[in-house]
Amino acid sequence: MAEQPILRAEHLGITFGGLRAVDDFNMTINKGELVGLIGPNGAGKTTVFNLLTGVYKPTDGEFWLDGEKMNGKKTYQVVRAGIARTFQNIRLFKQMTVEENVLVAFNESFSYHMGGAIFRTPRFWREEREMHQKAIDLLRIFKLEGLAQTQAANLPYGAQRKLEIARALATGMKLLLLDEPAAGMNPTETEDLLECINTIRDRFGIAILLIEHDMSLVMNVCQRIQVLDYGRTIASGSPDEIAHNPKVISAYLGNDEDDADTDAEADTADTADATADADGKEEHDA
Amino acid sequence: MKKSALSMKQSYIVCAVGIAVLFGLLMAVCESGAANTYIKGILMTCCIAVIMTTSLNLTVGVLGQLTLGCCGFEMIGAYSAALLSKMIVAKGIAMDPTARFLLTIFVGAVIACIFGILVGIPALRLHGDYLAIITLGFGEIIRVVLQNIPAAGGVGLDKGQAGQALIGIDRIANLYVVFWITVITVVLLFMFARSRYGRAVKAIRDDEIAASASGLNITYLKVLVFAISAFFAGLAGGIYAQYMGSLTPAYAGWLQSTNYVIMVVFGGMGSLTGSILSAIVLTILPEALRAFSDYRMLAYSVVLVVFMIFRPQGIFGSWEFSLPKLINRIIYRNGRGGAAKAAIAAEIAEFGDVTATAAAAETAEPAGKEA
Amino acid sequence: MSGFVMFISQIFNGLKIGSVYALVALGYTMVYGIIRLLNFAHGDFIMIGAYTLMLSIPALAVMGLPAWTAVIPATLVCALVGVLVERLAYKPVREKGNSMTALITAIAMSLLLENGSQAIFGADFKTVPTIISIPTLTIGQLKIDGATIVSIVLGVIMMAAMQLYVKRTKQGKAMRAVSEDKEASLLMGINVNGTITLTFAIGSGLAAIAALMYCVSYPQVSPTMGMMLGLKAFVAAVLGGIGSIPGAMVGGLAIGLVESLTKAYIGTITGGVITSAFSDAIVFAILIIVLLVRPSGLMGEPETEKV
Repeated sequence: MAEQPILRAEHLGITFGGLRAVDDFNMTINKGELVGLIGPNGAGKTTVFNLLTGVYKPTDGEFWLDGEKMNGKKTYQVVRAGIARTFQNIRLFKQMTVEENVLVAFNESFSYHMGGAIFRTPRFWREEREMHQKAIDLLRIFKLEGLAQTQAANLPYGAQRKLEIARALATGMKLLLLDEPAAGMNPTETEDLLECINTIRDRFGIAILLIEHDMSLVMNVCQRIQVLDYGRTIASGSPDEIAHNPKVISAYLGNDEDDADTDAEADTADTADATADADGKEEHDA
Repeated sequence: MKKSALSMKQSYIVCAVGIAVLFGLLMAVCESGAANTYIKGILMTCCIAVIMTTSLNLTVGVLGQLTLGCCGFEMIGAYSAALLSKMIVAKGIAMDPTARFLLTIFVGAVIACIFGILVGIPALRLHGDYLAIITLGFGEIIRVVLQNIPAAGGVGLDKGQAGQALIGIDRIANLYVVFWITVITVVLLFMFARSRYGRAVKAIRDDEIAASASGLNITYLKVLVFAISAFFAGLAGGIYAQYMGSLTPAYAGWLQSTNYVIMVVFGGMGSLTGSILSAIVLTILPEALRAFSDYRMLAYSVVLVVFMIFRPQGIFGSWEFSLPKLINRIIYRNGRGGAAKAAIAAEIAEFGDVTATAAAAETAEPAGKEA
Repeated sequence: MSGFVMFISQIFNGLKIGSVYALVALGYTMVYGIIRLLNFAHGDFIMIGAYTLMLSIPALAVMGLPAWTAVIPATLVCALVGVLVERLAYKPVREKGNSMTALITAIAMSLLLENGSQAIFGADFKTVPTIISIPTLTIGQLKIDGATIVSIVLGVIMMAAMQLYVKRTKQGKAMRAVSEDKEASLLMGINVNGTITLTFAIGSGLAAIAALMYCVSYPQVSPTMGMMLGLKAFVAAVLGGIGSIPGAMVGGLAIGLVESLTKAYIGTITGGVITSAFSDAIVFAILIIVLLVRPSGLMGEPETEKV
């Protein structure tokens, strides 16, 4: 393909005091692609997100967004360049309204300065009006426009997840990182979310990298899947290939030696993860 | 629906009229002789407290970063203004007192702001209690340094002596001028808080990690807010110096700073109108308790503890008093829900667009149902 | 030679006041460790301890008891005041408010204690009767007075005892558990509120011992005596790493040494540019530098937020 990939990561790795959390992580995502990143708990999936968004500095390797080198940049620089994310434990601006949450992410689209704000110049009003309209339009995609003036903390759980995605979209990104968007959702909400993800990918023509435990979701929407275990990539390919890869099956279900390990993990995992595991098994059987 | 609220322009006019009425009252009280020097002094102190508290609220309430060093910056402004004023007189430069007052407090504020930036850049890397401690430390350093600069003690400049109060500052602060400075300060802070900057700052308060993941440059915004607070603290200091006529370094210490933090928390974190109210109440309260002389500070601290137990969110919480909204409530009284809708419409109407208002009406409807 | 002797005696001076700081810092640290509250009123517990000493020494003398036994009523009174402050003010605020309101409450409690004792005892300094008279120890040219020896020895003993208590006893373990995770401790059957109260009692009791050590050297009390002392101790606790017991000791001794050495030498070192009057500023400057380099203090555990 002649076109530049949106994300190219080469040999990314990070070590925390002797622990190799992510090792030799390679990934290419093209425009409009939806890639899944899966793996057992503690495999380093969220760490990959933190590396890609400048929360952690990689100890080795490099990554590029649209050909622009990104490592070493601060989070806000990476976000402005075009990588936005959501969080595993929802992080909203809880005391602000739904609309304000989105407007914050639009902040960089405003060009009025402090003087403009203080003297309420025509430019101030024009931009504020424009951004308000854009925010409402964006919320409409997620059917949140009716809740625009509600305080974010008072939203139902599913709506909070959606608002977080809307806010990420408002940064005007090229690559969207979704960290377990379906966690804690019931099947209807998950269905709803699936529709949203498809809509935004088609509407905005962006690339999406998705971490998810809900296997049915991953298998349904992702074109490609990459599997992490203990910080290493153990498999990557189409959903079908992944579902039949023996390495993946053993990482998830555990082979003889680390059976006990996996059991312990399942015990400590919350219900959402437990159901995810069950879903995973079904997929493998299929 | 569209007609049931004041438009943006009307709202601004209502606020302007409100301020003018307030000034009229102030003039009436002063000119009629109803206010003696003591009362005028309290009014002046109230103005200074309002500037200090509202600007501190920007850091403590809106940005959510506790600082205990605001009086350090206030005294930097105070000493700078006082010494500059003395210098102008010593050099024999002819200058209208009000012009000199305005010039000196502005210079004092700028110097305080520069110090604010210098302190803010390293200090704001820390959070919560640690930030409180480090700013407390800076305040104490400022106090000790002021105590030991010969030019900042006694009669000041080249005849000054270290370790003494700075005395003989021209008392050129005029209550009317100070009133308008206070109004301008509060208006500027409001405009800042209700813009993309204010939104960004609130976002940092709510969740720093999410804020940076939304593309905000946290360090820049934090230092910006800190510098703004320091600027106005310096401004208040310049006024204080030229109202009191003397300055002591002890005022830069943490105890005074905590006093203003108390005012912010008492008024409600993030509520600028709450800060105005609490600055006035807590300035007058100890004066009103003067009858109990020895026991007034005791009573003050008891009131504070009781208040914290029963209303920890402060008088206003994060709610802002708004004259236009009040008028909307009174004139178009459709009960609470109606008023809430009108308020939302008014907020959207601030953007001054009919379509936006229509959208608001549309959005207000389901919101009402949800609730 | 005499220069060296002077240096050594300055070191002892620093250790003396440093032990007082360390003991007070220990109280700060224990309370902060368990409820994450900067207890601004802690310095005022020293003041209460000192007043109790002042009042109880003559009473005990009537009963024929030596003056130092006054530390027992002082400790009891301080512990009681500490527990009352926690139960009446901090606990209700902790349950309803946030960290900022808790801090304001602590400041208000500090004002309350200071103004309360001012209303009772008046604002001026009062003299504390002699508590302990130990002859001055002379080693060659070096003279170390009894107060210094008492302070250092007492300080070291208390520190070691506290360290053992927290590490070895059941209650100590409960304290550490509560400071790590309140909810988990509750689930493990630990009486969380009881543990917090106990921590307050011990922390405040230590302030009474610090008051004794302080009054041995400086036999004066006033309602605001705890303010600067408390602030310095607080700096010591933060410097050492708030929440860490050895940190409190290291921080306290470090602040004491810095203070006495800068007072003695800073003028000569800087050629009179910075005089001994700057010693407080230097203490704070060191605190700031340490916090910027190691935000959690010398021996504290760094706190990071998980993304």
